[in-house]
Amino acid sequence: MAETLNGVRVLVGTRKGAFVLTADGKREKWDVSGPHFAGWEIYHVKASPADPNRLYASQSSGWFGQLIQRSDDGGKTWQPVGNKFVYDGVPGTHQWYDGTAHPWEFKRVWHLEPSLTDPDTVYAGVEDAALFRSTDGGQTWQELSGLRGHGTGPRWQPGAGGMCLHTILLDPQNPDRIFIAISAAGAFRTDDGGKTWRPINRGLNSPFLPEPTAEVGHCVHRIAMHRSRPNVLFMQKHWDVMRSADAGDSWQEVSGNLPTDFGFAIDVHAHEPETIYVVPITSDSLHFPPDGKLRVYRSRTGGNEWEALTRGLPQSDCYVNVLRDAMAVDSLDRCGVYFGTTGGQVYGSADAGDSWAPIVRDLPAVLSVEVQTLP
Amino acid sequence: MIRVLLPAHLRILARVDGEIQLAVAGQVTQRSVLDALEACYPALGGTLRDHVTKQRRPFVRFFACQEDLSHEAPDAPLPDAVAAGVEPFLVVGAIAGG
Repeated sequence: MAETLNGVRVLVGTRKGAFVLTADGKREKWDVSGPHFAGWEIYHVKASPADPNRLYASQSSGWFGQLIQRSDDGGKTWQPVGNKFVYDGVPGTHQWYDGTAHPWEFKRVWHLEPSLTDPDTVYAGVEDAALFRSTDGGQTWQELSGLRGHGTGPRWQPGAGGMCLHTILLDPQNPDRIFIAISAAGAFRTDDGGKTWRPINRGLNSPFLPEPTAEVGHCVHRIAMHRSRPNVLFMQKHWDVMRSADAGDSWQEVSGNLPTDFGFAIDVHAHEPETIYVVPITSDSLHFPPDGKLRVYRSRTGGNEWEALTRGLPQSDCYVNVLRDAMAVDSLDRCGVYFGTTGGQVYGSADAGDSWAPIVRDLPAVLSVEVQTLP
Repeated sequence: MIRVLLPAHLRILARVDGEIQLAVAGQVTQRSVLDALEACYPALGGTLRDHVTKQRRPFVRFFACQEDLSHEAPDAPLPDAVAAGVEPFLVVGAIAGG
């Protein structure tokens, strides 16, 4: 099969800045630029599918709050755009860790999801959990408050990392359908462009809840979709890997033979809609790989049957974590798979996971990894 | 002119080197200085105080003339030496975290 020679650009958000890793289609020699926004937490950097030069970055700091940066030249230069995230109306309360009612307070943007068709439209998933949208390239932001206000909001509660809206999936076949996920509320779907929302958590089982199969309250860590089959969703939950074949109306567990079904990241092969990747993590109290072995697990059957991918990954004394937004795939042939660790490594595979090599080893803790396949 | 010194991260964000010189109309207070600062450097909006409530961010401090003015009322006059441009108004990131 002929190797395509387009390039890739890997966008890495870390605790202390953003880094851009570029390579040609062989994905062997990498150029590393950064740190961009040195010293700031970069929760996420993502490019517009409609304009590869348009990038958005979430930049934040405990001292100086939230900023959004935009690049119109593929990351060479950046300009700060709007950072005014104001909840619509009276924010109300959600559950605090101790079960008391706690007012909604904006803390940061976890995830930016540019529109599939319009470079100026971008969604932001924030903590405390809400969904915002900008239609002017990030200059101004409006909350899609039907999500937070649909009724179950007072029962949502923060996970250990905060009450964040961390996953936004735009349906490529239905512009009115969006999936989101919140820790710890669960997954939600809109079918009317964000006006109204409903929980899609049937089939999830969370023993930490007083009612384990409750409508909301589940600690969903990540959802992934293949763009050719947007009704098929894959979920890495706090515990359990799940699959839905009906756009989230129901979920089935597909953890199968995984060594542990706790984890954060999950993604789908670019060309094989039932080939999925997870990075098992020991447990909710041991946020590192089992036995000190960093292993990606791949299923070619939409879950249940998993194989360990270890070639090129450390198989002893490895105690890093891979966070929820820190895995991505390119769309070259063969599919490239990338993930970053809390130890500052970004690993890449140019052969769909069969073998791995570090692109960089010593970055700050990696919060997010996205990849662009360049023409 | 009012002299303002920002912490390094915000100098980079505002794309300035060293001190800023600001013209402030009327009484020189925290509020009027910050209003003028944000008007000249819109990228600083929200980084020192909340967009809506105008409350100082918790880990931001305001110093001048060897005094911590962080807890002064926003409309209290700043020291004469700041108003006269003799001493700078210092925006400081509080010592917290690593």
